[in-house]
Amino acid sequence: MEKILLKNIDNPNSADIAEYMKAGGYQSLPKALGMQPKEIIEEVKKAGLRGRGGAGFPVAMKWTFASADPKFPKYLLCNADEGEPGTFKDRPILEKNPHLLIEGMAISGFALSAEYGYIYLRGEYPAAKDILNKAIAQAYEKGFLGDNVAGKGFKFHLAVHQGAGAYICGEETALIESLEGDKGQPRIKPPFPVNVGAFAKPTVVNNVETLSNLPYLIGIGGEAYAKIGSPDCPGPKIYCVSGHVEKPGVYELPMGTNLRDIIYTHCGGIKGGKKLKAVIPGGISTPILPPDKIDCAMDFVNMPKHGSMLGSGAVIVMDESVCLVKVCYRALKFFEHESCGKCTPCREGTGWLRKVLGRIENGQGMEGDIDLLQSIAGNMLGKTFCPLGDGAASVVQNFIKHFRPEFEAHIKNKACSTG
Amino acid sequence: MFSETAKKELEEIRLKYPNARAALLPALYLAQREFGWLSPEAYEAVSGILGVPKAIARGVGTFYAMYKHKPMGRNIVQLCTNVSCMILGAERLVDFLKNKYGLEPGGTSPDGRFSLVIMECIGACGTAPAMLVNDDFFENLTEKYIEEILEKYK
Repeated sequence: MEKILLKNIDNPNSADIAEYMKAGGYQSLPKALGMQPKEIIEEVKKAGLRGRGGAGFPVAMKWTFASADPKFPKYLLCNADEGEPGTFKDRPILEKNPHLLIEGMAISGFALSAEYGYIYLRGEYPAAKDILNKAIAQAYEKGFLGDNVAGKGFKFHLAVHQGAGAYICGEETALIESLEGDKGQPRIKPPFPVNVGAFAKPTVVNNVETLSNLPYLIGIGGEAYAKIGSPDCPGPKIYCVSGHVEKPGVYELPMGTNLRDIIYTHCGGIKGGKKLKAVIPGGISTPILPPDKIDCAMDFVNMPKHGSMLGSGAVIVMDESVCLVKVCYRALKFFEHESCGKCTPCREGTGWLRKVLGRIENGQGMEGDIDLLQSIAGNMLGKTFCPLGDGAASVVQNFIKHFRPEFEAHIKNKACSTG
Repeated sequence: MFSETAKKELEEIRLKYPNARAALLPALYLAQREFGWLSPEAYEAVSGILGVPKAIARGVGTFYAMYKHKPMGRNIVQLCTNVSCMILGAERLVDFLKNKYGLEPGGTSPDGRFSLVIMECIGACGTAPAMLVNDDFFENLTEKYIEEILEKYK
């Protein structure tokens, strides 16, 4: 497949507007500005584009809700708070292809009749901040942003808003709170951001990768775009693979590429020829899979049928040397640290899970601890405002579901057999 | 008080938002740069300029991990130990920093040269283990490589 999102990133000057334009950039924006906003949304619908942040929500549906709301101004927020452990797919777009995102945002802004856009960038990406600010300045200079975009009378202003180290701000309502200068604590829904979002105005929050699809999508049209990848989940997808593979990294492939092929064909298999023990397919919050369950098409529709989720497409590969009790413990330490504290089941539950896992890992596990973990997890699921608590609970449940003997052995032997 | 340069910067930042409150996060970053950490004086300055009550500014500031609430070393070593980095040896690197530089997670070396912050995924999982020193990314870390890198930060 030709590279769409990661096109040109091997060019050391790829972030420069001149290089982007030389490679065909900023041609879709004038085309889009010659269409009606509704026509753009219609193309996105035909394309079947789903949000790439993790949930896979149909983009055209979200846009339709926001554009139907009569309140103005409307806001377009780019979620660049890429924090799901294992995920590093947006970073190459932000650092190497910022104009693709900017063009995508200008097109999306026009489709939504939004006048203002913000890129909510995680604090841990300081290099990307400078690169984006420079790219935005270049885009203003060339007239692709501002009061009269590409001379077509459309007003769209864009700025970077830097987060400050809070995973929860990747959740869209927490992101909005954080943009407004508050703690990143999720809001109850409804009202949904498409009606009452940033500064109480209709707001669309889309992921970096999602918005970066727009220039290509508008360029070739929705129907042609829909021919890429899975029929019910089309388009290119950036998979980012880490852990014990020969060639970790980012891979732009058709959506729906088989997980086994990603690991064994694209990434060259397990490092040092070792045995595969487990795969987390879509970032740490997605259910872990044992080696006999990795023959699955990696898209939003298919992965749930295989007991997991596509999530952010962040594949973490673990070989036989890894202790999964320890990985589970580390994951819960993360969730405890990142729980915003608003909902009691998540605030307390993540800490309790971490403590029980910690004692199992440290050889002080007690009989009944596995049941205790299950019980805590069961009391968190579905009882919180946002999916962080659910994610933490389901991580524990799925580790136990597939690797229970390893947890039992830890408790029985008061030690780890993996080392 | 903010320096004149910082005041001017903040005025420009303020224009990016529909209200002053939304400029709080960038203002806190600016204050951290000016004061070295978010001291009571730093909150005083932010509150004075933006008109946001101190209690609220501090409530927001303490929510976020990247705002520092105690004096830091001259260089901040931000090492990721989340799963992708952990399974490729990040914990060994934590031990190394402790043994070689007297650096404890959350602490500062006795000479004030480094502070160590354990990070929750910095988006460099494909080149793990990874860290940021101040604003600079370093990837595929080993003990030897860390030693070479830190040599450059005085």
